[in-house]
Amino acid sequence: MAEPPASSKTLLDRFGPHPAFVPTGGWQNESEHPAHRLVKTHCCFCGQQCGIQLKVRENQVIGFEPWEEFPFNHGMLCPKGVKRYLQGGHPDRLLDPLLREPNGFRAAGWDETLDFTARRLQEIQQKYGKDSVAIYGGASLISEKSYLLGKFARVALGTRHIDYNGRLCMVSAGTAYKLAFGVDRSPLPWSDIPKAQVILVAGANVAECAPITTDYIWRCRDGGGKLMVVDPRMTPICRNADVYLPVRPGTDLALYLGLLHVVLRDGLEKREFIDQYTTGFSAVAESVRVWDPRTVAEKTGVPPESIERAAHLFAKAERAIALHARGVEHQSKGVENCLALINLCLATGHIGREGAGCAMITGQGNGQGGREHGQKCDQLPGQRSISDPEARAHTAKVWGIAPEEIPQAGYSAVEIMEAIHRGEIKALLSCCFNPLVSLPDANFTHEALKKLEFFGVIDFFLSETAHYADVVLAGSLQEEEEGIGCTVEGRVIHIRKAVDPPGNAKGDTWIYCELAKRLGKAKYFPYHTTREIYEELREASHGGHADYYGITYEKIDQNLGVFWPCPSLDHPGTPRLFEDGRSYHPDGKHHFVVTEWRESGDPVSADYPVYLTTGRVVSQYLSGTQTRRIGALLKQYPNPRVEIHPRLAQQYGIADGDWVTVSSRRSQITLQAMVVRTIRPDTVFIPYHWPGDRSANRLTHRTLDPRSKIPEFKVSACQLQKVAGPAEWAIREAKGNA
Amino acid sequence: MGDSGSERERLMHGYEFYVDPSRCIGCQSCLNACEECETHRGQSMINFDFIDRKGTTASAAFVCWHCDEPTCAMVCPADAIKKGDDGVVQSSLKPRCIGCSNCVLACPFGIPKIFPEREQMMKCDMCYDRTSIGKRPMCATVCPSQALAYVRPEQIAWRREKPSNVFYFGKQRITTKVHVMVPANTESISLDVLDHIWEETYAALPEA
Repeated sequence: MAEPPASSKTLLDRFGPHPAFVPTGGWQNESEHPAHRLVKTHCCFCGQQCGIQLKVRENQVIGFEPWEEFPFNHGMLCPKGVKRYLQGGHPDRLLDPLLREPNGFRAAGWDETLDFTARRLQEIQQKYGKDSVAIYGGASLISEKSYLLGKFARVALGTRHIDYNGRLCMVSAGTAYKLAFGVDRSPLPWSDIPKAQVILVAGANVAECAPITTDYIWRCRDGGGKLMVVDPRMTPICRNADVYLPVRPGTDLALYLGLLHVVLRDGLEKREFIDQYTTGFSAVAESVRVWDPRTVAEKTGVPPESIERAAHLFAKAERAIALHARGVEHQSKGVENCLALINLCLATGHIGREGAGCAMITGQGNGQGGREHGQKCDQLPGQRSISDPEARAHTAKVWGIAPEEIPQAGYSAVEIMEAIHRGEIKALLSCCFNPLVSLPDANFTHEALKKLEFFGVIDFFLSETAHYADVVLAGSLQEEEEGIGCTVEGRVIHIRKAVDPPGNAKGDTWIYCELAKRLGKAKYFPYHTTREIYEELREASHGGHADYYGITYEKIDQNLGVFWPCPSLDHPGTPRLFEDGRSYHPDGKHHFVVTEWRESGDPVSADYPVYLTTGRVVSQYLSGTQTRRIGALLKQYPNPRVEIHPRLAQQYGIADGDWVTVSSRRSQITLQAMVVRTIRPDTVFIPYHWPGDRSANRLTHRTLDPRSKIPEFKVSACQLQKVAGPAEWAIREAKGNA
Repeated sequence: MGDSGSERERLMHGYEFYVDPSRCIGCQSCLNACEECETHRGQSMINFDFIDRKGTTASAAFVCWHCDEPTCAMVCPADAIKKGDDGVVQSSLKPRCIGCSNCVLACPFGIPKIFPEREQMMKCDMCYDRTSIGKRPMCATVCPSQALAYVRPEQIAWRREKPSNVFYFGKQRITTKVHVMVPANTESISLDVLDHIWEETYAALPEA
């Protein structure tokens, strides 16, 4: 409802982010008051979901100890994992529900805030219709929470509009894999990576965004494997690349079409495999005919010789793997980019075998699990399509409602914000999502949030977006409820509960159930424990592609994770997909899909001549709601800087450390320059984890991939201008009131 | 607490420490994890640097190399720095250390640090508190790229880079307990994106 109820400074002073450097009780607290127990669980940050042991004393997580037995990471952790324990006792932690008042927020009781939330949602639905209310979920939520949130939207509210921040992460890959293979999961376990002879890393800053995967790639190289990296920036793993392909932002598709062109031109395709296991090859073969290396070089800036070499290495290898992530997926042709990589793997027979295949590097904490069981706008649990009558009948039966009561597909995340902006959606309930930082075109998001008639937030810290809320329901951290997640590999893991939510904060699932009760739907939400929710999730997923029926908490503990699909209790799980040569399509074939070239939605021009690409740094996670509060992580990379090649910097008279205003067609921000030789000279890079006038997403645009609805974070047009002094935000920060 | 026990203790024998800067991704997990160790919580003993960030993403994280003949101990006027039978060079002995910084200046690797609030030199002791109960050193356990590795020699042998523990500083030859991994066949390494790019237009432009 309109602007936040107090100045930004007032809200930040009270709710942070305040960086915590020292654990509660001081550095020596642990030696004086040792931990009572170690809880074997998983890191809450990123899709690798590393095993970790949390040290717990009474009801507080006080430190960590590596968990060396967990087979994915063997004790390895990135700095985010090392410092994650600092969230539990953090001074910014929300300990009570909050209600908006004229001059800020006041702590309130649960009955008051839950009654108010339910009443407002009902009033708005009665006035404007069921679909005037939308739900935002988060891909960092455990699967029990995301499953229940999907059910809450469809059963308790009856709205079709529920989507999640995984829309900003995995959907291009998911859409492409469904088109090609009929299923949305990385087809191979990570233990395949060291067994490949060639690894193609396509648009994935592995070292910073999936740090543990680095060791798998280095072990591949130890065995003589070749590493090829496609990226406009020389990310840390590029130093050891045998072939480096510095693609111009937004032109990845041309490169992959060119690789397939060379493969087919030189007769390196695997005919037998293609004939026996695939459909659609000839149309794809025809479509790459025009993409000769010279044409591709013109488009991408990658030398023709590098294209030839990469194609030959990949096709001639007995075992090759293509790993891809947001670099190719965050584009308005993100689905095409993934499909072109899949086509390359299919044509060269690299799929369904040990050490061969393609794989998406899922980004968010429960990025894989969080998208499988019903918080995507077009899916029901088990990765079922919401428009499929059989899927609706199955889900309706598990939920105890009639199939026609399940709403049809709703809007995706960015489309929901656009519908809010044009007044179609009037109320939003958001759990674990910070769209003001993470959605593109942040000024648009700001305008939209002001138009909401009701905005409810469920979260454990007060994010920048939550400043606009009418009510904030103090929810739970990952380690405060028991459940499951699914990792980058498709391995279902057990998230153990380490502590209860502190103060008057509550488990998210309790909050959903209490709201459902107040909406008159108590009988559909009878759970006392998250285990009961999981038992229902197993049933709901049964028969779907992401079949969890055979996976129990105990089975996960015994096996240190179980790979889905796992349709029965005696089933061992499925670490590698398609080993029998069959896809999940009804015809059992892998489908080649033709990809068409399109220009970016925000093309460079004379006025905006420089490419802007955005991404991450190793010490921050997503919108920074959690990691900007952890002192050591903030200190490692305190503020966003703009990376510029010295050749580009020279044209604008910019030296390292100078202040530079970066302007796009939407807005501008002023940051310090970091002049480095590790980026293309036509491109600048800004990490996106910060809010307000440091926010890279003030510059980005809302062009979406037409199928996956992912925004084009990786390609915008901008202009640069050197400015005399520090940015306003830096002056404010120096005065101690950022 | 944890996975200690006679089996694990036995297993730690024969383990060696290897440092491989070519694997380092600059994540600083080691630096952050070191300060979580119970015996010196809040103080990290890791030396970390971006070597030349303007030119490359290369980075290097180091522990103490634990010299066979430690220069730090040789220059200590208070005889406060001791090497154990296991070859590990310890932090200075608190009752003896006078905080004079001789060791800081003399160490050819730049490892020792004076902590003024303790008036004592402290340094990496290869996590004696952990290895003595069958746990690997903290930094080598968490390191995501295994640029810091605590493994048996046979486990390092199949790596692409090979171990060496001989260093020259001018005429001073130093041998160490910790090994550095060096390329089997050193090739020249190109560090500018321009060397990999197709367009010739950029090559002609002057530089900042």
